[in-house]
Amino acid sequence: MLEIKNLHVKLEEEDKQILKGVDLSVEAGSVHAIMGPNGSGKSTLSYVLSGRDGYEVTDGSATLDGEDLLDLEPEERAAAGLFLAFQYPVEIPGVGNMTFLRTAVNAQRKARGQEEISAADFLKTVRERAKSLKINADMLKRPVNVGFSGGEKKRNEILQMAMLEPKMCILDETDSGLDVDAMKLVSEGVNALRDEGRGFLVITHYQRLLDHIKPDVVHIMANGRIIKSGGPELALEVEQNGYADILAEAV
Amino acid sequence: MALADRKPDATEDRLAAMTLPEGGCIMPAREAALARLRDMGLPNRRDEYWKYTRPDTLVQADALPAALFDAGEAPMFSQFDRLKIVFVDGVFDPEASDDLMMEGVRIDRIADICCKDIHWAKDLYGVLETRGQTPVARPLAALNTAFAQDGVAIHITGKPSKPISLIYFHRSETSDAILHHVIRVEPGAEATILENGPAAARFNKCMEIDIADGGTLHHVRAQGRDHERRAVTHMFARLGTESVFKSFTLTVNGVLTRNEAVIELTGDDAVAHVAGACVGDGEFHHDDTVFITHDAVNCESRQVFKKVLRNGATGVFQGKILVKAGAQKTDGYQISQSLLLDDDSQFLAKPELEIYADDVACSHGSTSGAIDEDALFYLRSRGVPEGEATDLLTLAFLAEAVDEIEDKALAEDIVERLESWLARRR
Repeated sequence: MLEIKNLHVKLEEEDKQILKGVDLSVEAGSVHAIMGPNGSGKSTLSYVLSGRDGYEVTDGSATLDGEDLLDLEPEERAAAGLFLAFQYPVEIPGVGNMTFLRTAVNAQRKARGQEEISAADFLKTVRERAKSLKINADMLKRPVNVGFSGGEKKRNEILQMAMLEPKMCILDETDSGLDVDAMKLVSEGVNALRDEGRGFLVITHYQRLLDHIKPDVVHIMANGRIIKSGGPELALEVEQNGYADILAEAV
Repeated sequence: MALADRKPDATEDRLAAMTLPEGGCIMPAREAALARLRDMGLPNRRDEYWKYTRPDTLVQADALPAALFDAGEAPMFSQFDRLKIVFVDGVFDPEASDDLMMEGVRIDRIADICCKDIHWAKDLYGVLETRGQTPVARPLAALNTAFAQDGVAIHITGKPSKPISLIYFHRSETSDAILHHVIRVEPGAEATILENGPAAARFNKCMEIDIADGGTLHHVRAQGRDHERRAVTHMFARLGTESVFKSFTLTVNGVLTRNEAVIELTGDDAVAHVAGACVGDGEFHHDDTVFITHDAVNCESRQVFKKVLRNGATGVFQGKILVKAGAQKTDGYQISQSLLLDDDSQFLAKPELEIYADDVACSHGSTSGAIDEDALFYLRSRGVPEGEATDLLTLAFLAEAVDEIEDKALAEDIVERLESWLARRR
């Protein structure tokens, strides 16, 4: 589903190479996790895939179901089925959460040549999905993420994911800033979306999240590359011994 | 010859072709205004108060022509039940207007008052304008008082069941209109005044509003969208004890607009809110000049102005809060913000506070900024195309000003218009 080959990326503004040849393949129905020390390029990978400005791809490719992602605008990538759950969800004063969700759902439907969802159907679906994430009516009415707690923001990300029903979900440190209960709630939200047609790429620092969202494959990223891949046991190894051994091994 | 020395000449040039409308009880007010005007002289670009806006085209003898604009949509407020008072190129149109009778209000034409020796408007016409001439001269308002061809005197004695809607059509490319309205709100009375339309190629409008103790007036205005129109408007308001005045203006298009609001809080516990949302594109210059004087205890004033500017448009805000000695417990708030959608557009702001009382809370802020790139990317990453996302953020930016409108149906009408206009430009 998601195929990343030899991806090289540098910061546009400074001549600094961040990704130095990332190879990664996420199949439909599977959950891949990326772990790695700070500054290894994990978040950069998620931003580059979703089309954020400020990065220059110097080599390599990234495709989603064969479609070249790097050639598309961010909204086209979204319509193609890519979703990034932000590490730091953005506050948008003046734009109601509900308006935002409906605009996004309809924009994607339009891009795919589908009809707009009716107001009634939309409302029903939103309420249902919000309820399971313990997002109350007030949060839906408020401006996007404004005045939301860290946990509320992350739950709101998962709600967006649930409404947009993407093919490929990237979760960028979704566990950061979450307490144990919130992490459980968010994980349940993610697990509810696990589906044989959907792939997940979960970026995290900690093994803890992977207790809740069980990965099929774990990758260790360091210095702009994936240096080791393995099963869920790799995450446990990191948790116990840190990255030092793996890094030493890779050199 | 220095520009200042040419001022009397420039003023006489303008006056040469004008004659004072004759007769009636407001004649002395017109004559006094003319004398005041000769004393002050019409403004030129050397005047400090006109530093950011060139008054030339508002001052010169002949109005520049303005092409008519077919918006291809129903005029603002069309779907609301209201009492319509229609002016075409600055002249009252009785055919297009409703019967001016409604319970709780009495409406007369200024032109009719001119034939009468006694009328309540005599005590208001030119009175607030005169008060508003200090500490800053407003010569174009004096010109208006002297020469206004038409307008209405609205006497609100109760609570009329529907808004009074002043509609200004622009039908002649060379029209040069001067309208003067006076509005008196009696104690405890309450009404809503709507205004919309471009009015003329050049429009000089003055509105004097006197709100007695416990009176309330809501004012919602949408200035016409004709690209080439020019307008200078003055709104002078005096507020009595526990009275409320809330004014909102929407401005889209128009090559030149100068809106002055001069508000005096003269009775304790009075509330004055004045807000504006403006969308400027290309050759567009929009100036909000506001002067609010607190001259009583425990009054509240709010100024909320938001301007979206692109393709080289210019926005101006000059806003002042003057708190006189003794005006304790004043709560004054002023915010002016611009959203600049490109590098060619500019926003010029001059916020001022002048405070002579020691127990007051006054705050002001002015910002200029581009669209929030993080928010834009966030929206796009959810599939919202760039243009639509920009519009959504633009509307969000304007929302704080539109929220000042108390009537939610009116506010919604404004938002819907803004949405469709923004979408059309994409």
